[in-house]
Amino acid sequence: MRRVETPMALLFKSVHLIDPAAGRNGEFDVLVEDGRIARVDKNLPANGARVVELPRSFVMTPGLIDIHVHLREPGQEHKETVATGAAAAVAGGFTAVACMPNTEPVNDCAAVTELILKRAADANLARVYPIGAVSIGSKGEALTEIGDLRASGCVAISDDGRPVKTALLMRRALEYASMFKMPVIDHCEDPSLKGDGVAHEGATSGLLGLRGIPGAAESVMVERDIALAELTGGHVHIAHMSARQSLRAVREGKARGVKVTSEVTPHHFVLADEALATGDYDTNFKMNPPLRESADRAAMIDGLRDGTIDVIATDHAPHHADEKALEFDHAPFGIVGLETALPLCIDRLVHAGVISLARLVELLAPNAARVIGVEGGTLAEGAPADITILAPDAEVVVDASAFRSKSRNTPFDGWKLTGGVAATLVGGRVVHVNEAILGRRDL
Amino acid sequence: MTTATALRSRHLLGITELDPEEIDLILQTALAMKEVGTRPIKKVPTLRGRTVINLFFEPSTRTRMSFELAEKRLSADTLGMTTAGSSVVKGETLADTARTIEAMAPDVIVMRHASSGAPHQIAKICRASVVNAGDGMHEHPTQALLDALTMIERKGRLKGLRVAIVGDLVHSRVLRSNAILLTRMGAEVRACGPATLLPPGIESLGVKVTTSLDEAIEGADVVMMLRVQHERMHGLFLPSVREYFALFGLTAARLERAAPDVIVMHPGPMNRGVEIASEVADGPWSVILDQVANGVAVRMAVLYLLAGTDGGHE
Repeated sequence: MRRVETPMALLFKSVHLIDPAAGRNGEFDVLVEDGRIARVDKNLPANGARVVELPRSFVMTPGLIDIHVHLREPGQEHKETVATGAAAAVAGGFTAVACMPNTEPVNDCAAVTELILKRAADANLARVYPIGAVSIGSKGEALTEIGDLRASGCVAISDDGRPVKTALLMRRALEYASMFKMPVIDHCEDPSLKGDGVAHEGATSGLLGLRGIPGAAESVMVERDIALAELTGGHVHIAHMSARQSLRAVREGKARGVKVTSEVTPHHFVLADEALATGDYDTNFKMNPPLRESADRAAMIDGLRDGTIDVIATDHAPHHADEKALEFDHAPFGIVGLETALPLCIDRLVHAGVISLARLVELLAPNAARVIGVEGGTLAEGAPADITILAPDAEVVVDASAFRSKSRNTPFDGWKLTGGVAATLVGGRVVHVNEAILGRRDL
Repeated sequence: MTTATALRSRHLLGITELDPEEIDLILQTALAMKEVGTRPIKKVPTLRGRTVINLFFEPSTRTRMSFELAEKRLSADTLGMTTAGSSVVKGETLADTARTIEAMAPDVIVMRHASSGAPHQIAKICRASVVNAGDGMHEHPTQALLDALTMIERKGRLKGLRVAIVGDLVHSRVLRSNAILLTRMGAEVRACGPATLLPPGIESLGVKVTTSLDEAIEGADVVMMLRVQHERMHGLFLPSVREYFALFGLTAARLERAAPDVIVMHPGPMNRGVEIASEVADGPWSVILDQVANGVAVRMAVLYLLAGTDGGHE
């Protein structure tokens, strides 16, 4: 990785630019100067900038933003660090990530937020936006100093990994966070309904003898949160939505004008619980929320299409191989997602004809930026030159052993997919080049 | 039915993986093995020089003893390890446990585990044959096979038999293995239990699910009662033993709805006065002790078919 603070100006000639926020989808010249987008137009002169010409099948998009990752630092550096997570992000085409506070200690105060930001600055790859805890220690009792978290760099609050414990705490969090224009991101799950479940409650779990987690465990809390967002006027963001009942609740909430947004992970729209029915109890298929049944998967696709779902986020949850090499009951929940998201999205959504590439970009860039209220998500003139260059026709074979992430826990290893990431730029600086796709071309 | 001459897999992980011909092969072999138990010297040299490790991660008395007896009657060298809890309690991964056992070069690993799928995970790593002696709430294949053997001895067939299985269905590996085996062999299975203890998806096997004991028993040729754990009795699954027995307990009076020659089965250990009245457990219908005897024969058959032929599965 080059570490040039003021990289040379770059002129991308006749590149296929998809920038939904700026209303652009076509061939443009894009001039990058001083880390920002200087001009977007036809037939721009080089004026000393280095000229870059890309294969015509490539597509330039605003830098993609993953608003739901676990970077595990501080405290669980054997799974991931801010640096390895940021490297995985740029390798996956993400120029920014928002990291959940369930570290050890929990990111519930400025000191932890500052440590994460320091590590991110040292890594100098993807932008890292910390998400602070709703409650001290994420214990569900007392609010954190949300104003101080905001001032030190947090963009949202969440007790992710756990739901916001009580309706009253959720109410107060929504009210208080609204002063700072921050969303409350909730991992919606009724703990009593989840019990000691490890898989979606349905025919598959019934036959495999796995304890079930019903879709209603999620949707009862989604309904609660929407009612409270309506009461308070606050912004609730539903994390990793998986159940069709939840989608219906969000759709109805939006129709009533409630400030509710939602995200879905690639694994919840690509896989269903039938994937477990092979009967080999592969713990890389264990995540929370669990893979649900086909009707839920289909509902998520509908939500992506009709706008009920605002964002695709990965819930990148690295775990060490030794931790996953346990009984299905005992292995931790979660899979890594940063380095498989784009191929899965392009292959299963765009090439499958579910949504257009422009809609995919919308879900991954401007909408993501809007939910957490950060700069980016567009390549309009003046915007940061956070750029993802996609190769939608590239043939990709997922190879977990080559991940930049410290962890390898993916159910997609060996999958052949069409669609890849050619290069990633953050602040006008090239932070990732996929030589297999791009060749040894100099960017 | 054409009879198979060998099992396709080198493991017995569940009934799920067996086709009807293989089930028939195991049952026919078990009938032959029963004869060994009637001899003055109850031992054959079939598995001489073979090593069987009994790996029990969950307490078990009858299944472990039954396997040990089967192994000894086949002249296998056997050793056992019983540890409470999962590998994680010991601070060892399941994979490491498997590799450690594997390093001792056993021919067969008989495994019981409280987590569904644990034997399947071990089987992926090990060269030895793995026999599932019960995994969590998933399968208990040798139990279903011994139950089938008992039904065949008493009824002469499985096809067309009306079998009621009653009790805590959701937590029962005995239910799952029996439901798969019996429907696969053409029996009619009715599963009956309280609504809080019904497993999702069981209908997909072709099982009729009901919460009415009378409906389940009506005209049944076999009534199989399942154990209900005491810890499920006072809380969110069931209000009380008293109410459970009133709704789901098997009494002589209720059995009158069944076929005149009905047999009553129970995988044990029984809770008398909870799921079954003593008058039934000790009555003329009961074949519960036949089940125990058949357990040894079925396990001999399985071990013989997996390890008794000369490396047929290598």
